[in-house]
Amino acid sequence: MAKVKGDIKIDIEKCKGCVICVEACPEDVIAMSNEVNQKGYLFAVKIEDGCTGCTNCALVCPDAVITVYREVKQKKEQIAVITNVTENITVSVDK
Amino acid sequence: MSVETLDRIETKVFEKTKSLLDTEMHYCPGCGHGVAHRLIAEVIDEMNIVEDTIGVAPVGCSVFAYNYLGMDFSQAAHGRASAVATGIKRVLPEKYVFSYQGDGDLAAIGTGETIHTCNRGENILIIFINNGIYGMTGGQMAPTTLPNMKSTTSPFGRDTKSMGYPLKITELIAALPGTYYVTRQSVHKPLNVRRAKKAIQKGFEYQKLNKGTCFVEIVSNCPSNWKMTPVESNHWMDEHMLAFYPLGDIKVPNVKEA
Ligand SMILES: Cc1ncc(C[n+]2csc(CCOP(=O)(O)OP(=O)(O)O)c2C)c(N)n1
Repeated sequence: MAKVKGDIKIDIEKCKGCVICVEACPEDVIAMSNEVNQKGYLFAVKIEDGCTGCTNCALVCPDAVITVYREVKQKKEQIAVITNVTENITVSVDK
Repeated sequence: MSVETLDRIETKVFEKTKSLLDTEMHYCPGCGHGVAHRLIAEVIDEMNIVEDTIGVAPVGCSVFAYNYLGMDFSQAAHGRASAVATGIKRVLPEKYVFSYQGDGDLAAIGTGETIHTCNRGENILIIFINNGIYGMTGGQMAPTTLPNMKSTTSPFGRDTKSMGYPLKITELIAALPGTYYVTRQSVHKPLNVRRAKKAIQKGFEYQKLNKGTCFVEIVSNCPSNWKMTPVESNHWMDEHMLAFYPLGDIKVPNVKEA
């Protein structure tokens, strides 16, 4: 089964480098940077693609610097059957 | 011709909530105060009561809570947050009122106010951050400091013979008939954060019923004064603090009554 795909965005200037998110990540996709931010802290960075968007890192982040995204699968629903088409037609669905 | 079907869309599943302001918090890296602030803001935003909520900040590290939480706020003298909250709630009974206090504030200098607020059954929510130490003033011993735990005023560890035993104030006030909902939570792991948020939400919801004081203790860390890294402090807390202060509900309302 394909894994859920997620992504995180870290506000590196507000990160205080406490490393708690690194601990909390079950997929080990977060690590600390080698450089410092303007405050002088090593900040958290996403180093791998395995993020599932589980939000664990954001939940434990004391400074709320992590935003989490998740790709959600939408069910494909059959809404019409078109047969005997001779020209191009466009079918669109209201989102 | 192949028709592209949009079957995967990216959605935002977590972002900083609105009433947690953009101001950078002054807390040390890894401090549990930040998470506790965020949970309060999230609950208030989800319940859509930001215009109807008044908080009372304590003296202690969280003295500037009003700079971070975007709602009406007052700040009380050391230990008196629950008394100030009582006054506000009695004048404005339709508002949601909560106090946010540390252990030095709530369980040391403010013990009297805390106990009497709970005994009168004031319809407020008390959020109690227990990090077992006086954080703001540099790590002195608090009533909640564990036996043998080192602090600047117990450099060889808390000796219970001369310094007494840690005070479980949460259990103490749970025994009072004025309290309605009393629980102990923590915010050091994702699961605990979720539970703590639920507890805070219940605390606010029960306020509508006018049944008494709701009290949410959050066992937290103090990496700077415990002299540990944030991650170490969370492990230490898990091992030692939670062994003495077990998590869970201490007093839950009788559902049939409510
Ligand atoms: C009347 C009075 N006494 C003493 C102090 C000094 N003081 C400031 S904060 C504090 C302790 C705060 O500790 P706690 O409530 O545990 O909060 P934390 O800083 O750990 O979050 C003390 C004793 C004061 N400000 N006012």
